[in-house]
Amino acid sequence: MSDVFIQSIVVFVLASFVGFEVIRRVPPTLHTPLMSGANAISGITIVGAIIAAATGTGWAAGVLGFLAVTFAMINVVGGFLVTDRMLEMFKKLPGSRK
Amino acid sequence: MTELAYLSAGVLFILGLKGLTSPKTARRGNQLAALGMLVATVVVVTDLLSLDEAVAWGIVIAGVLVGGTIGAFLAIRVQMTSMPELVAAFNGFGGGASAFVAAAAIVATTGDFPTETAVTTALSLVIGAVTLTGSFIAYAKLQGLISGKPVAMGGAVTNGIIAAIAVALAIVGIVTGEPLAYWGAAIVAGVLGVVGVIGIGGADMPVVISLLNSLSGIAAAMAGFVINNQALIVGGALVGAAGLILTIEMSVAMNRSLGNILFSGFGGGAAAEDIGTKPVKRATADDVAIALGYAERVIVVPGYGLAVAQAQHAVRDLAAGLEARDVEVLYAIHPVAGRMPGHMNVLLAEADIDYEKLLDLDHANPLFSQTDVVLIVGANDVVNPSAKTDENSPIYGMPILDVDEAATAIVVKRSLSPGFAGIDNPLFYDESTLMFFGDAKKALEDTLAALERF
Repeated sequence: MSDVFIQSIVVFVLASFVGFEVIRRVPPTLHTPLMSGANAISGITIVGAIIAAATGTGWAAGVLGFLAVTFAMINVVGGFLVTDRMLEMFKKLPGSRK
Repeated sequence: MTELAYLSAGVLFILGLKGLTSPKTARRGNQLAALGMLVATVVVVTDLLSLDEAVAWGIVIAGVLVGGTIGAFLAIRVQMTSMPELVAAFNGFGGGASAFVAAAAIVATTGDFPTETAVTTALSLVIGAVTLTGSFIAYAKLQGLISGKPVAMGGAVTNGIIAAIAVALAIVGIVTGEPLAYWGAAIVAGVLGVVGVIGIGGADMPVVISLLNSLSGIAAAMAGFVINNQALIVGGALVGAAGLILTIEMSVAMNRSLGNILFSGFGGGAAAEDIGTKPVKRATADDVAIALGYAERVIVVPGYGLAVAQAQHAVRDLAAGLEARDVEVLYAIHPVAGRMPGHMNVLLAEADIDYEKLLDLDHANPLFSQTDVVLIVGANDVVNPSAKTDENSPIYGMPILDVDEAATAIVVKRSLSPGFAGIDNPLFYDESTLMFFGDAKKALEDTLAALERF
């Protein structure tokens, strides 16, 4: 295995643990926004999609790249917007500003 | 430099998720995560601009415009009651995007991936494909396009065989580098998503959506391995962990193992045959108004039926009418009420119901014995006492809201038909239960009208 790959595994494992520790206790009220916000973050694959679309050659790569960018953008834009819409409604949450 | 910029995006994701765990900081958290996404996107574009080779910007821009428009349109147009469907759909798009990134890498390669890249490519492709089709089946079920009931397609054995074929094809692809084997693996994985989710009942959707959410993160992380990008790995791993935590919490709330939820085809069994033949006490809007109006404390138990009927505002109005008569109104929310984690909380927040009045299972249950009336709106399985008493019941052992301990339980329901789990509910036949049949929204509005006449 290459060094780069091993390094990536280290990052993956550590990030997973950070995820577990950061999110472990979420009040039920926030379960939906958390899921929807996390879902938008999984749209980070947009970076890979843009690279694939921009550097691909041939029609097959072009089609796959276009689909990847389109799908990832739906996920990112839709996900963050709808999460914000939801959280905007949670006006009466304790401590939040009215 | 590029790596450091991606790192800052990863840090923003972590801070954003951290913010989403507390009501005070949730909105800011979501905005931080969105900022992280913007940073990552700007970095990749800058990076590509510095390349000497020709770059197909047309395709990128077309995808950004089309996807961005569709995403924004869906997010702005959606009704809060349809939130589970939309989250499922977005999730499917995310998983699909990761699968396409892997597919593009396969097309772009000249044939020999290093083994480790081949493995992560196959994983991204397969997990992404399962997420894509599984999420859209979940969407179709929630949207009512296909039956919410589990559709038996062979159960655990069939799923296992399909999964084994997908893995076998992926291994052939990894070993030989043959693109056709990868495509075969992706298609079979897509079939697995369809067959797997179609066999799961509507009441188990909170678990399924959480799991698919986790899978979309893992698919993104695997795509990060493929293109050697730390931002994808960090972001994907975080989402994978978040989704897994919710999945476990939902499974615990149902007292069932994940395997049981995924493979048992829960609720597929025949509904009890004597449903509708046992006597129940029917109530009219006047009866309900009197019971509620002269109570000291009322606890509302919302369920999926409330979302279907869009009755959240009617609940709020009725509660306001009761509070004007000095009746205390609280809300008890079961962790798996509705079709996604926290579904009821979102709806009640939309209706401007005070967060302080929403009780979770542990806080609500001690209060029922000191409560005059429990008003159950469109909930069924989460208040089914057979979870405590009937060892043969499929939901035996699931923690429920102990509404039978209240002096009176009023059930607002369209008919006596069983919930998604397909289990008869002894609560309906109880001496102290009143059944108020009808559409939840109309029933609550009629009750409020009756209340105002007294």
